[in-house]
Amino acid sequence: MSNIRDMMRSFELFQPTELEGALTLLREYGSDAWVLSGGMDTFDWLKDRAKQPRVVVDLGGLEELRGISEGDDGGLLIGARTTITEVATHPEVIRRYRLLAEAADMVATPQIRNQGTLGGNLAQDTRCWYYRSGWPCYRAGGNTCYANTPTSINREHGIFEADRCVAVSPSDTAPALVALDARMVVSSHRSERIVDAADFFITPGTDITRMTVLHPGEILVAVQIPERWAGKTFYFEKVADRQAWDFALASVASALELSGGLIQDARIVMGGVSPRPLRMRRVEETIVGRALDDETIEAAGAVAADGARPLRFNQYKLSLTRNLVKRAIREATA
Amino acid sequence: MSENHKVIGKDFPLKDLEAKVTGRARFTEDFRVEGMAFAKLLLSPMPRARVRQIDATAALAMEGVLGILTADELDIVSTDGVRQGVIESAGERVLTNEPFYQGQPVAAIAAVDEDAAAEAIDRLRVDYEILPFVLDPLESLRPGGRNARDEGNVYDGQSLRDLKWTPADMEAIDRGGWPLDPEYTSSWEKGDLAAAFAAADLIIEEPIYHQSVTHHPLEPRSALAYWQNGKLYLHCSTQSIAQMKRRKAADMQIEEEDFVLISQYCGGGFGSKNEGVPTDLIPALLSRKLGGRPVMLRVTRDEESAFGRARPGLQGFVRLGFRSNGRIAGIDLSLVLDSGPIRSQGDHSSFANYASLQYQPEAMRFRGITVATNTPPRGAQQAPGGFPMVTMMEPLMGRAARELGLDRLELMRINAPRGAASYGPQEAYITGSFAPEAIDRARELFRWEEKKQLSGQTNGSKVTGIGAALTTYGAGDIEFDGLLVIRPDGRLTVHQGIGNLGCHSVIDTARAAAEVLSQPWEEVDVVWGDTSRGAPWSSRQGGTRTTHAHTRANHAAAMDARRKLQEIAARDLGGSADSYEVDAGRVYRLDSPGTGMTLGRAAERAIELGGRYDGHELPEDIDAMTVAGARLLVGQGLMGVAKDNYGRDGSTYSFVVGLCHLELDRETGVIEVKEYLAVADCGTIMNPRGLQGQLLGGGTRGMSVVRFEKWAYDPQWGINANHRLYTAKPVTILDVPTTMDWAALDIPDPQTPVGAKGVAESTIGGGGGALIDAVADALGGRVPQRRPLTPDIILSMLEGFGTGHRPLQTHA
Repeated sequence: MSNIRDMMRSFELFQPTELEGALTLLREYGSDAWVLSGGMDTFDWLKDRAKQPRVVVDLGGLEELRGISEGDDGGLLIGARTTITEVATHPEVIRRYRLLAEAADMVATPQIRNQGTLGGNLAQDTRCWYYRSGWPCYRAGGNTCYANTPTSINREHGIFEADRCVAVSPSDTAPALVALDARMVVSSHRSERIVDAADFFITPGTDITRMTVLHPGEILVAVQIPERWAGKTFYFEKVADRQAWDFALASVASALELSGGLIQDARIVMGGVSPRPLRMRRVEETIVGRALDDETIEAAGAVAADGARPLRFNQYKLSLTRNLVKRAIREATA
Repeated sequence: MSENHKVIGKDFPLKDLEAKVTGRARFTEDFRVEGMAFAKLLLSPMPRARVRQIDATAALAMEGVLGILTADELDIVSTDGVRQGVIESAGERVLTNEPFYQGQPVAAIAAVDEDAAAEAIDRLRVDYEILPFVLDPLESLRPGGRNARDEGNVYDGQSLRDLKWTPADMEAIDRGGWPLDPEYTSSWEKGDLAAAFAAADLIIEEPIYHQSVTHHPLEPRSALAYWQNGKLYLHCSTQSIAQMKRRKAADMQIEEEDFVLISQYCGGGFGSKNEGVPTDLIPALLSRKLGGRPVMLRVTRDEESAFGRARPGLQGFVRLGFRSNGRIAGIDLSLVLDSGPIRSQGDHSSFANYASLQYQPEAMRFRGITVATNTPPRGAQQAPGGFPMVTMMEPLMGRAARELGLDRLELMRINAPRGAASYGPQEAYITGSFAPEAIDRARELFRWEEKKQLSGQTNGSKVTGIGAALTTYGAGDIEFDGLLVIRPDGRLTVHQGIGNLGCHSVIDTARAAAEVLSQPWEEVDVVWGDTSRGAPWSSRQGGTRTTHAHTRANHAAAMDARRKLQEIAARDLGGSADSYEVDAGRVYRLDSPGTGMTLGRAAERAIELGGRYDGHELPEDIDAMTVAGARLLVGQGLMGVAKDNYGRDGSTYSFVVGLCHLELDRETGVIEVKEYLAVADCGTIMNPRGLQGQLLGGGTRGMSVVRFEKWAYDPQWGINANHRLYTAKPVTILDVPTTMDWAALDIPDPQTPVGAKGVAESTIGGGGGALIDAVADALGGRVPQRRPLTPDIILSMLEGFGTGHRPLQTHA
């Protein structure tokens, strides 16, 4: 660990104006390079010297990654550099994918939403306080998890999908995009690939040092939202200690397709309880094909926390998971 | 009362408003001095250690690095090599080789710029011997429990000694109760406690808890210092100019006249910047080492969280006996105070005193013990002792009212102090309480009868809670000095030695002088924040002392000036001094208003006359600091200068009633505060807008502490999780009630000339206490024991599962 906090170490800063240039730089510098978008995740790391990149590639000049436009399949294409405020307030996002607009509107504060980008919100690292304090945990390349001991301070940590690391995905927009079956456009110097949102986020079992599939040299350049869920029935809720400037203790995003009094299809995704935005497939299986009534809602709640393994200080997340899942069905609106 | 005044009680544009909103106001970090170097600190990375060696070779070899300061260099050694003492502040080392908490400063490096200084700190190689530590006072009291320091674990005065409770004592706590008769270090009792409880119709017994919380001033305590012609110039962030100057001059072991302190704006302190902390001295010490070169230390949020002080936590047990009419028969209070590793605080004793005043019990016992832990040093934080008392006791009053079938406010009123009520073990008494009147006003304004019908009503998953709290705190000091000058241009300049904390008393207390001299507010200037411009000896701007202390002091100085105006007029225009009045910028004969002179002309005459009129001669009873300040102003006009000798019979206290309406979501544990009302008994209103800010701002801060703020420490490693502002979680604007209102009785205190009392400390308990009481109401009378009331705590109560904490476990 560094002797000092709150004071960035000098680095070489590149500010490319074209994507191609940015990707070339990332190829050249590999794991020595840090990708900077809005900086809302970055600066804590750099100020505390817990991350000390030699090179920072600032994507701020890449106008081509900014903006919201019509997608090829009738959905929307959102550039990764689009600010969270722009996502939250864009008329087409509100009209067709209110779920995403509401989730974006719950991010942090107006100032952070003005500066932070959608790509940054999705690709941000976990907020486990041990990890972010620079402790040499599994995720940081060490050989232990400080948050998962009998005495650890782990109120904010996960109850699902722990694998050595118990940190959670902090993003507010990620559960909404997983629920909308979004796809992530990932570019590197040589290629571009499209990854389903549900697969974009990974668990420690896949790679304990990363939260997403992004490798050094790759950039998330855009998010595609298919037409599939446009205008359907949605619900988003974030439970946090404070109503602003806080990360979710748990959040839920739901997208329901209702017809003939039945739930024809559903996506229920939770944030803040797992290393990735967690699709509640058991819940979805329970409710699809059933009437949206109290019995169905109770059945969903009954299975919502199946498989969860609470830590010492986060047993409440079991209740929160059950209750939020029920609300995400009961209070979803078109 | 304000209708009888020309200046007091009126809304005027704030005199420092323009500077603040335009950015012209300069805080410490805004200053730049030619040749200024920057300092950075090495903080202890562990909660307790011993520094075996610091290898600074690589650091000092860096380009731009000017020097290092270590604990070894703070020893004061005589020419024959004998250690005479050490540069420290109130017993706390500026730098240390034996850190007692994570974040305690170990060394400092100065360099030509901040990057170089930081890099040099990173290149220090420090060999630490890791020592055992303890975070939780109850763990330290356990048999075999660790001590925070070698000297012991329990404060006896400011000394430490070893004290452990018995296994049986600790078993009682582990079972969720409290031991019968463990050893304490302070106690008092009055009345027949056994008889009081025997006569009680209801007894409530509860473990009680309050967390330690950092002050979180928005402006960290940065400092800039340089030496010039043998004088030390220190720019810093302080609440209290005069008090800080005296403290720091003593710490540096220099004469006050060789020390200039500059701090015109202070971005929050909440008690933590009363007299500063030892790190304020580091730039001065480095500057001295560098031959007087200016050195700036910009304190970061991480550092502010580490050494910027914190409120002591409390763990304890209370037994309350009530008669059927709600009257409190007995209070039996046991408190363990977490005072950190440096100094003993008195919050538990204050807690007891405030409880005895607020509830006027027939009998009461207090027993307390102060324990050292390896957590940051504690200090006064808004309403020390008083705020925890309200937030821990008032919800139990709500529970008692519920169990006795009484109205909550009626129970509050029947116990509230009236008039010159007594308190504490020595039967001290106050100047006057109008708390019952404040309760009545609050009942009316809040439409209490209507609102309490909402209690327990549900709307979907939400349930309504209605809560109330009475809160009190000391409201003023006496016997400080006032200093003012009427200048030849007719303007009145009031010099202040208090700080500009943002609560505006630095300006508002000058109204007392303007009122005495009938000076229009537009023609009053206030000088503050720079001791080279003349500052009188003043109270701390903390502990709600200032409004009371300096309306009196400025009143006294203005009376002195008024008398001098009358004397000058009588001398020049004939008649006796008593036949002259001062009003509307003139001093004139009462029986011949056309016979008089302007204040400007009188000021010219004062300069001509010299002597006591223009400050050449000064009163003998004023403080040496006031003398020094006055000498800077000699000959500039007619000087008013005096000590507050008005006297006082009793101690001064203010009261605030807070009422709260909230909804609690039973599925998520989230609280939404819908409405808050604060009503104050704080004497004459000086500044209505300022008072509104105090009442509602303080109430909001109280809600913040009880809802969001805490420390979390990993118990295995002793490292803090909340060193960032976003992880410490002070309240945000979206958490503030949508409806907030206030009122004040505006009844003058009978023991002070202007009638004004301070109110700041009392405001915080109104918000925090009423909120917890309302949460308990929403929970059907179950009082949450843990703080803060985050969703996990509320959900655990609603659904009956454990939170994971041991009984009364702290810092988790």
